[in-house]
Amino acid sequence: MTGKPILEIDHLRVSFRIQDQYYAAVDDVSLTVNEDEVVAIVGESGCGKSALALAVMGLHPPQKTKLEGSIIFKGTNLLSLSTSQLNKIRGKDIGMIFQDPLTALNPLMTIGRQIEESMDYHMKLSSMEKRQRTLELLKRVGIPNPEKTYHRYPHELSGGMRQRVVIAIAIACEPSLIIADEPTTALDVTIQAQIMGLLKELQQQMKTGIILITHDLGVVAEMADRVAVMYAGEIVELADVETLFHHPLHPYTRSLLHSIPSAQTRKEKLHVIQGIVPSLQKMPRTGCRFQSRISWIDESKHEPNPILREVEPGHWVRCTCYQHFYFPHDHIGDVGYGIS
Amino acid sequence: MAFLKVNHLKVYYPVRGGFFRRIVDYVKAVDDISFELRQGETYGLVGESGCGKTTTGRTIIGLIKATAGEIVLEGTDLTKLSRRQFYPYRKDIQMIFQDPYSSLNPRKRVLDIVAEPIRNFEKLSPQEEKRKVQYFIERVGLNPESIYKYPHEFSGGQRQRIGIARALTLNPKLIIADEPVSALDVSVQAQVLNFMKEIQEEFQLTYLFISHDLGIIRHMCDRIGIMYRGRFVEEGTCEEIFRNPQHIYTKRLLSAIPNADPRQRRQQFHLREEVEREYKQSYHRYFDDDGRVYPLKKISETHSVAIP
Repeated sequence: MTGKPILEIDHLRVSFRIQDQYYAAVDDVSLTVNEDEVVAIVGESGCGKSALALAVMGLHPPQKTKLEGSIIFKGTNLLSLSTSQLNKIRGKDIGMIFQDPLTALNPLMTIGRQIEESMDYHMKLSSMEKRQRTLELLKRVGIPNPEKTYHRYPHELSGGMRQRVVIAIAIACEPSLIIADEPTTALDVTIQAQIMGLLKELQQQMKTGIILITHDLGVVAEMADRVAVMYAGEIVELADVETLFHHPLHPYTRSLLHSIPSAQTRKEKLHVIQGIVPSLQKMPRTGCRFQSRISWIDESKHEPNPILREVEPGHWVRCTCYQHFYFPHDHIGDVGYGIS
Repeated sequence: MAFLKVNHLKVYYPVRGGFFRRIVDYVKAVDDISFELRQGETYGLVGESGCGKTTTGRTIIGLIKATAGEIVLEGTDLTKLSRRQFYPYRKDIQMIFQDPYSSLNPRKRVLDIVAEPIRNFEKLSPQEEKRKVQYFIERVGLNPESIYKYPHEFSGGQRQRIGIARALTLNPKLIIADEPVSALDVSVQAQVLNFMKEIQEEFQLTYLFISHDLGIIRHMCDRIGIMYRGRFVEEGTCEEIFRNPQHIYTKRLLSAIPNADPRQRRQQFHLREEVEREYKQSYHRYFDDDGRVYPLKKISETHSVAIP
């Protein structure tokens, strides 16, 4: 299953400038994506998952962001490249799928034109060949009647069809890595199931690596091979998907899995993670960042400088507090806690 | 007697065109639906975008005018009332909106936001009003001092609770919750859902819970109605819908829910393929020649399915 690594993120730190000071939204993240592998990055809003994806794509505004560490893609460090060098890789070797297909597509351009556009940049093809290829792509992503759709505009298509077009653009140049940032969040469940099926199928055919950014644990369970859970800019747990869902260790992962409504939770109280996600400026920079949200665990159980440790082969967990974690059932559902 | 009875409700929007912009057709947003809510229960209205679930909710609260049909609240048909006659009933039905970022006026303080319904219906002195607002703000788990703050000073979950406080101020009987947690993170979502259950018992509320998320619907609701293109395809108790779905559309919707167990990934994909095949094969058994859903038919005391 695991091929050779295509993307190696090493000690990446992404900091944003807020009034002359830099605050790290992604803090010392290391992650490898192998060929033919789907790596999911999960976390709640503000955990840094999108900032991480944008850093890989080089889409952060350089005046306001500081990037440290390295992102090695097939032997080159993406962070050391100029914009024009990056443009040769983006869209060709790295494809991108965004959350909202309506804003990702140009409303004034026909579907066919938009797909051909990426080929213009990266491939030398005659217009006949381009057209041929575009029609093939549209067929491949499951769009009925490609000839007709070729001349359509984005507003004429439904949300699911638009997302298929976005996927067609992403795979137009046969990338070896696809970054999918919440690819199904804006879609209805039945369409979501179709798009997940399509992505999985394409991934298996083309042997691409996918970084899947999502907050939906159900999507992760269906799509991912390995999962990285992020909290407050750090990876707190990294494991293959079965281990993560059946033997989660970190308190955050366990709390998160506990707070989803399921068939068993009916008529019961859901687990509530106390407190709120700290804002970028107020984020604790030392010690276990999850400490304040599991206050019933004794302070001495946390490491002073938690590191991501391999506790079993392939299963990484940050901080030692997981060994002592339990759910305080009397706290569950305590709504009035930790409010400003 | 049913607490709220919706009878053959229709909401049509005219499509104008041609000479003199005459009405050439109708968009049938809600097309002849009937259902009942019992006192104190949570009724879930599920469906994909565009199925008419939000329109139904908004029509019941009076934000949209019904084209035809009845909405009977404790014996009174709300659709027949004039504006003035409807006024006292507005207190009884309140709404919780989806997006806590756009449903609170950013230029008003929490005090003014929560007090707005009180000001519309009750004459209270500023002190009494403040006391009442503080009571509800405290009840939803916020600090009573925070009534002088503005919405941007709160997180998403806290804002949603301000919205709930506003809905509670007039002691409503029915709360229409339109996707109340869709804009929130999972952990915050859990908080708001727990809280909604808590206040339901305390204030004896009846909920009409509108959502596209079947996981949340299963967690919250006693009975469920599934909508498709403005009509009901199936109605039943939570058990019946999830364990024994009858209509092909319900089956399709249920099979599409992501399975949170990675070990069952393959089975889930197979199940979906199977349901999809069945959907294509038996389409005409479930939809008439215009692609319309058949009227509901009772198959047990509580379970109804739209089959011919």
